[in-house]
Amino acid sequence: MSDSYDTPDQRNLLDQTAQGVIGQPLARPEGALKVCGQATYAAEHDLRGCAEGVLVGATIGCGRVVRIHRDEVLAMPGVLAIYADQAMLRRNAQGTAGEAPIQDVATVDYYGQPVALVVAESFEQATAAAKALRVDYDVTTDADFDPAEVEYETSEEPDELGDLDRAMNEAAFSIDRTFTTAAHNSAAMEPHASIADWDGSNLTLYGSFQMLKYNVKELADSVDVAEKNVRILSPYIGGGFGSKLGISHDAASAALAARDLGRPVRVTLTRQQVFETITRRSETRQRLRLACDQEGRLTGIGHEAWVTNLPDEGFAEPVTQATKFLYAGQNRRLALAVGRVHLTTAGSVRAPGEAVGMQVLEAAMDEMAEAAGIDPVEFRKRNLPAELPGEGLPYSSRMLSEALDTGARSFGWEQRHPHPCQRREGEWWIGMGVASAARVNILSKAEARVTLRADGRVLVESDQTDLGTGSYAILGQIAAEMLGVPIDRTDVALGDSDLPAGSGSGGSWGATSTGSAVFHACEAIRANLAHKLGVDADDLRLKDGLANGRPVTDLLDRDLVETGRIEPGKTMKDYSQASYGAFFCEAAVNAFTGETRVRRMTGAFGFGRVLNAKTARSQCLGGMVWGIGSALTEAMEFDHRTGRLMTHDLAEYHVPVHRDVPAIEVILLEERDAAASPLQAKGVGELGICGAAGAVASAIYNACGVRLHSFPMTPDKLAKRLPDPFGV
Amino acid sequence: MATQSATLDVNGEAREFQGDPRQTLLDFLRLDLKLTGTKKGCDHGQCGACTVIVNGRRINSCLSLAIMHDGDQITTIEGIGTPENLAAIQRAFVSHDGFQCGYCTPGQICSATAMLKELAAGWPSAVTEAVADTPAPSDKELRERMSGNLCRCGAYSNIIAAIREVMQSEKGT
Ligand code: FES
Ligand code: FES
Repeated sequence: MSDSYDTPDQRNLLDQTAQGVIGQPLARPEGALKVCGQATYAAEHDLRGCAEGVLVGATIGCGRVVRIHRDEVLAMPGVLAIYADQAMLRRNAQGTAGEAPIQDVATVDYYGQPVALVVAESFEQATAAAKALRVDYDVTTDADFDPAEVEYETSEEPDELGDLDRAMNEAAFSIDRTFTTAAHNSAAMEPHASIADWDGSNLTLYGSFQMLKYNVKELADSVDVAEKNVRILSPYIGGGFGSKLGISHDAASAALAARDLGRPVRVTLTRQQVFETITRRSETRQRLRLACDQEGRLTGIGHEAWVTNLPDEGFAEPVTQATKFLYAGQNRRLALAVGRVHLTTAGSVRAPGEAVGMQVLEAAMDEMAEAAGIDPVEFRKRNLPAELPGEGLPYSSRMLSEALDTGARSFGWEQRHPHPCQRREGEWWIGMGVASAARVNILSKAEARVTLRADGRVLVESDQTDLGTGSYAILGQIAAEMLGVPIDRTDVALGDSDLPAGSGSGGSWGATSTGSAVFHACEAIRANLAHKLGVDADDLRLKDGLANGRPVTDLLDRDLVETGRIEPGKTMKDYSQASYGAFFCEAAVNAFTGETRVRRMTGAFGFGRVLNAKTARSQCLGGMVWGIGSALTEAMEFDHRTGRLMTHDLAEYHVPVHRDVPAIEVILLEERDAAASPLQAKGVGELGICGAAGAVASAIYNACGVRLHSFPMTPDKLAKRLPDPFGV
Repeated sequence: MATQSATLDVNGEAREFQGDPRQTLLDFLRLDLKLTGTKKGCDHGQCGACTVIVNGRRINSCLSLAIMHDGDQITTIEGIGTPENLAAIQRAFVSHDGFQCGYCTPGQICSATAMLKELAAGWPSAVTEAVADTPAPSDKELRERMSGNLCRCGAYSNIIAAIREVMQSEKGT
């Protein structure tokens, strides 16, 4: 059987199997370890004689290191060595790079970039020495740090259809607005950390990564050893959100130092280093042009975006990704341009593209609906194209209309006043907003091994990672369902690069891709069992350790081991595939201060088969919390004179806290999408953020009548434009 | 640097600190005692991942030096329950999925454990309406009191649900 997924698997096998665990809201199997502090994260592996490394960051934004005053610091207590190696990483690796990123730390590309590693016996000694290390620089005085001041170049051919200018001119209603969104940091709770341990020419690295098969290549290439000599262990990851897709400074420098010192070395980024040196989501400027006819049917969509990155980086935030397929409109222009600045590398942060593209598109859709005098839920439903505009491809499955209806009902959308400033409670204006959710769906190459052991237990193995996404839970559930085994007789081993290469976690594809590999391995085992029983595979009924009524163990004289594979194939090209949903938000805006509080939020989502209703719901919840942050508080603010990041810790970069997040309602819609995967499941890890901030923005407008075109919508921006608080 | 010593009671066991006076309580727990359940998210008192309970009160262990805790009673996540014998709050976190990556979780659990005692003792918070009354623990009240514990995975709703469940079951007993 070919591994390439070329025709939709319509059998819906997981609906015919008997175990009944697929989709169930089962608790995470690793949950007990996590709540007891027994899950071991990267920096926590206990290696004898481990030395402590602390990175030193550049105090200039662009230039060269001319001298490092090593001797002063080498004389400090406990200091073992100082490295400023050519092989150390100047930038971290982009997702799926599979090769070393730009190395050599003698050149400084951005403020805070690591220029040296100090290693000492203890963490306190290394920290003190790193602080004391004096570095002289040759500063480049004409470097660009301000996105508003640089030239932009088209990143790829604009996507044009029809004549947008004409559609705008002839439209019954149209809007033309320019929005901005701030740069974001993933800010995973666990800072990046690596412990490197060499045994001869073999390197074992305990790290925190999302995609081990690529990370092995990146690390091997960085420290110049063969891939087969590198093993990465990442059993538990304290959040990733894109920031751990590729290897970063800690991994390469720990490996280099450990090789030189002949003992294990641990390097953990400080929180400030995470902000200053790990990939940011680019700030964006976005021009939205929408045109519609008298009936509120879109005739034109223009979405043009300007983003930045360092020179020589191929990544450009794909802002218009969802605009391509979401709404109708025969006259279109989607374009993306990149400017080059000396700020931290821009790369993938949770839902690259949609996270900031959708919130702006959706905020603009709210304005368009208002201009056309149509309810914004109805306006969206009226503009769902029958096929992919311009390309005529069918949609594999799209639950957007259902999500809008179900969400609206549950949220109580009918209570919304169509006009702003209609509802006041004390000093608070109250309003409601809606937005669509959409995120492209991608299948990625994956492999997994499943063992049905002679004693009837099942073991699933892959280098797949679990960032909190639920991989441990759902991969076990797929195997238990397919092989008819109770979930407590199923074991899942992940996060070891010696295991078969899963898809890794990124682009929301981990569950469906590695899950499909597990599914295929289980199918092979099922075929074997059917053969042993002398029945057709279709007539095989596996449940609770019984195969057509007989104990499976009776059929096994040894372990049955199968490796399953999947690769993206024709279904990716034959259909437009995405996960969809809808957000509803009730916000309160303080009539005097402009402070915004999200009071309620509902999200309804359709992403194919739900593999575990508990972990999937949590993914959606988490995404919506990110939406609140993107709407109201999160911003990387740089000093444009020096390139220095001024919001470089959790006191300055404001991720939502408990008080910022109300009880959030999540509705999971029943759906099967056979074009997406043989599981009929699609990705869900990023969907919850894609558009969420647009619902908050629209709720703010509906509350107080202010349309801000600048995210985050902080009190300073709102307060200036609020209506007279006493004027009603 | 002169080494100094202190004896700390960690989860009911006497533990000797004898080392660099610059060492934080957090690093002493994680590196010297190998009690890595307590997490380091920021090392600056900004995230709450390092929350432990000292003499009954929750603190950020990254903001405190080990040497300052001679004679103190420290409870870490390892002292709250084990996978074989989960405390009620730990069970509630598992069943409500009060976490995703799990990195903020030990801090949330230590924090919630001490927070419930503060509530029971009638301590007011910034959102308590009537300071004289025992604070009625609305969700807003709980959220305010837990706001020092960040969760980037965004498990907040589930964390509050887990804490509520424990409060309800404690009321019942
Ligand atoms: S590590 Fe102590 S508050 Fe963040
Ligand atoms: S569970 Fe990941 S940060 Fe809270």
